[in-house]
Amino acid sequence: MERPANGRRVLAGGVGAPLASPPVAGASRRRVSPSLTEVKERMRLESVSLAYGDRWVVRDVTLGVRRGEVLALIGASGSGKTTLLRSLNRLTEVTAGASRAGAITLDGEEIERLEVTALRRRVSMVFQQPNPFPMSVFENVAYALREEGREGLRGWRRRMGARHELEPAVIDALRRAGLYEEVADDLDHPALRLSGGQQQRLCIARALAAGPEVLLLDEPCSALDPISTATIEELIVGLRESVAIVIVTHNLQQAFRVADHVAFMHLGELVEYGSSEQVFDHPRMPRTRDYIGGAFG
Amino acid sequence: MASTPLTPPAPLRARAANRPRDSISSWPLADRIGYMLCWAAGLSLCLIAGAILLLMFIKGISYLRPELLVESPSAAKDQGGTGGFLDPIEGTLLLTAIGIGLAAPVGVGVATWLNEFQRPAWLARAVESGIEMIAGTPSVVLAIFGLLVFARGSLGFLSQTSAGGAVYGRSFLIAGIMMSLLALPLIVTSTREGLAQIPAHLREASYALGKTKATTIRRVLLPAIRADIASGVTLGIGRIIGDTAIVVILMGGTLQLQGAGGAPLLSTLRGTGSTLTSYVFENSPAGEGNAPQKAYAAAFVLLLTVLALNLAVTRMSSGRAAAAKQP
Repeated sequence: MERPANGRRVLAGGVGAPLASPPVAGASRRRVSPSLTEVKERMRLESVSLAYGDRWVVRDVTLGVRRGEVLALIGASGSGKTTLLRSLNRLTEVTAGASRAGAITLDGEEIERLEVTALRRRVSMVFQQPNPFPMSVFENVAYALREEGREGLRGWRRRMGARHELEPAVIDALRRAGLYEEVADDLDHPALRLSGGQQQRLCIARALAAGPEVLLLDEPCSALDPISTATIEELIVGLRESVAIVIVTHNLQQAFRVADHVAFMHLGELVEYGSSEQVFDHPRMPRTRDYIGGAFG
Repeated sequence: MASTPLTPPAPLRARAANRPRDSISSWPLADRIGYMLCWAAGLSLCLIAGAILLLMFIKGISYLRPELLVESPSAAKDQGGTGGFLDPIEGTLLLTAIGIGLAAPVGVGVATWLNEFQRPAWLARAVESGIEMIAGTPSVVLAIFGLLVFARGSLGFLSQTSAGGAVYGRSFLIAGIMMSLLALPLIVTSTREGLAQIPAHLREASYALGKTKATTIRRVLLPAIRADIASGVTLGIGRIIGDTAIVVILMGGTLQLQGAGGAPLLSTLRGTGSTLTSYVFENSPAGEGNAPQKAYAAAFVLLLTVLALNLAVTRMSSGRAAAAKQP
């Protein structure tokens, strides 16, 4: 364990839960040092500010999102972390009155220049509430794979018989999300019959299906029980080799367990950014220290 | 230890019974009177519903003969020779099909636009008020309005034109179009309710997969509210089946299906006829046919149809409640 017990105590004292026996994810993850996987920057945020109407919720954030590591956005409610996350796939545009300044690039290309549907296939997202569509498990994943609009009538007819074409990709996505073994026999069952944790993994499978380069997770475990949370954390750590992952979390222990880098936000500003070890063990800024120590939140 | 029999906790109901009851005897007099009035109103409603069912059932059973369902109505001096009500049954089905066939796609479309787009806002408000107005318009007014609109020369293809060139303005098509206005508000309302219940994050989940708004509506939202649409459609069918004014005014005074000539289906659509409601009206002591026994039998068939529809709506709503467990 490269992280000494006293390093955890800071955190344990702060959030009031013992970290001495971390769930599976935390323990196994620390063995993989970032140098083992090739780290490559996929997204870059340059002086990004975001506003709803005339209220600024994110101010002047500069950050990099890299494949091969997990970036956690932490901070109190209303610190702008979810808004920042949603701006990465332009989901902020769904909200009326939202505006943005600064540049966000994906593999060097401004995300405004990309077709929004294409962008969202490359920068996928999982939400706080597990939200499978009211269709079968198979269809939930297949939906993400189908390119609508380019098909026309012939494509539509093909879709009727397309199951065998899509099946390998659907199964692969379910495997990557660690769900396939549990649902292999129930692919045609309604997705809403799955447990909460399974539903969330189905949402992750759905998000992975289109082969995104970046996966955004907005508090993906906040509605789940501890065992499902541990399963998903393990999954996140395993996935970072193939996708760049950004996770918003309220749960400091979770950030500590899964993240390689941590960005601490407060009232819309990026207060501190650094490696997980640095931010949790030796926070530079007093506000970070207070937040991690539990002074506010 | 394991052999110790477990005693189940006392049922909640028993415990509740031991608690002092919240008795209304401590209420002020006015409240007590109000309470009793509500109670009496509820009870009398049950009695009325029961009476309708019972009386119509007795009358219906005693007058309904199987041959009534397969014979066409015909003119005769005495009641025995007036045939059955095959034509009104066919007419009811045809008219309902036309009305719902028009109202369902338009209603779902309008509701989706109102709920998902609402641009421009003034138009959305106007559409909302328009729907409310249509919902509040008595069907007899709609019928007269229909006559006004469709008896024009340019719209003669929807009905028949007399030798002198006058357009009748009475046909299945025209009555069906006006009937669709009766069903439309019900379909719009229930579709909108369904859409409003879908959490925003479900839409966003679809957008986040790179889907357009149109795809999201078509592939996620509308399938998700199938039960709501179906219950709106069923309510609309009930409304159409139950309406008399539009049939009497816009389908002419005949009881038989009378084609307008030409291609078979088109001939019927442009022609006139009757439905169960107009059959009951014409044959009741108030009408001209004066075959009250057949009116009772037809009313019984009508009542059964509407009850079956209500049952279907209840089933669908409970299905919707199950589907609504989605967080």
